[in-house]
Amino acid sequence: MKKIVSAKEAISQIKDGATIMVGGFLSCGTPDKLIDELVAQNVQKLTMISNDTSIPTADKGKLIVNKQVKKVITTHIGTNPETGRQMTAGELDVELVPMGTLVERIRAKGTGMGGILTPTGVGTILEEHKETINVDGKKFIFERPIGADFALIYGSKVDKYGNVTFHGTTRNMNTIMATAADTVIIQADELVDSINPDDVVIPGLFIDYIVINSGENE
Amino acid sequence: MNLTINQALQDKIEQQYQRSSDFALTKEQIREIIARRVAKEFKDGDVVTLGIGLPTAAADYVPEEKHVIFQSENGLLGIGKSQSGANPDPHIINAGGGLVEVQEGACFFDSATALTMMRGGHIDATVLGALQVDEEGSIASWMIPGKLIPGMGGSMDLVVGAKRVIVAMEHTSKGEKKILKKCTLPLTAYREVDLIITERCVFEVTPDGLILTEVNPHFTIDDIKASVTADFKVSENVKLMEI
Repeated sequence: MKKIVSAKEAISQIKDGATIMVGGFLSCGTPDKLIDELVAQNVQKLTMISNDTSIPTADKGKLIVNKQVKKVITTHIGTNPETGRQMTAGELDVELVPMGTLVERIRAKGTGMGGILTPTGVGTILEEHKETINVDGKKFIFERPIGADFALIYGSKVDKYGNVTFHGTTRNMNTIMATAADTVIIQADELVDSINPDDVVIPGLFIDYIVINSGENE
Repeated sequence: MNLTINQALQDKIEQQYQRSSDFALTKEQIREIIARRVAKEFKDGDVVTLGIGLPTAAADYVPEEKHVIFQSENGLLGIGKSQSGANPDPHIINAGGGLVEVQEGACFFDSATALTMMRGGHIDATVLGALQVDEEGSIASWMIPGKLIPGMGGSMDLVVGAKRVIVAMEHTSKGEKKILKKCTLPLTAYREVDLIITERCVFEVTPDGLILTEVNPHFTIDDIKASVTADFKVSENVKLMEI
């Protein structure tokens, strides 16, 4: 059985300076209640790994606006002007990574690999200061694995064993991030007794803490 | 360059269209001309990933008898039309964040699978906007240093991996040339573009450089020459763009 806790309890484990991964594509499949709690507890100097920084008024965007993030490793910041402003002002360190490279670096961490070789970015500024490797006459960039202290992820349904199912386009990076952090906290819309094994997308063993969005554990 | 062909085309233009020196297209017309032309590139059964903005409009011009499957980097194969109705489902979006329906046969998947499709050579064609594109087929679309840095999202993976890369963009940007000898902005990818479609013309990118294959009848080949810095050849079969 997994620990079913309140958002407050789950997030209280995250201290200043922690590295967090946050699932979601814009606000779709983003664990918004967990992020609201990070804002409420005002955890500082976070390094955040996420697909994007959402919009200023929603989920990941609030962490940026509230200046709780010192570094963000992400694929796109165009939807949140505040991220760009802080970057230009030197207040926020932004590392932009192609989406496919970011997801495979996270997967490499989760799967215990020493890195990845990608053709993406060859011949561009992303190749600068990076090791390149020639495989059968084709050039690849070597990229290191990336993990985090905490992964904050979303699921549509979770059972008491931590197994997760999804609805719609909410999977995005949640499935991969679940494998690559020391502690994995999932926010789910619904807790069920069990999920048909055929339907499980994230196996329960990857999940440490469950927070149910209904608010009944608050 | 074959001057005879140029002259023949020029004569045809003069016969068919009354060109006026102050001729200008509206933003809407530009968008429609490009989107219509892009849609012709899709074959029945193609899996296509469209960039955000202008390229997305191409989906509206695919004839009904042609079955094209649209893929999205956020984890959807089989994008349908925009959601309408009283009970929208916020959990089904396209890469621009818009709520969408799904087509019959659609499926959902995670980012790793989405990018496997894109980088791994499983997408038949992609259509992307660009800030600049050059005669070698390199594309710059993700940042203007010091000014605009939205990031690359999944575009770098897509351009490297898609079987065909189509750039669909306005011919110039506020008078600035965009089809260049060499891109000056940071690249999205080096030598990956196959076709360039603007409201004024179509260029194929070949190992020998750019080939002009279609011209909007409102413009001459000299107009095109004056509006790019790239060198190009004119195809022996150069045609008027249908507009």
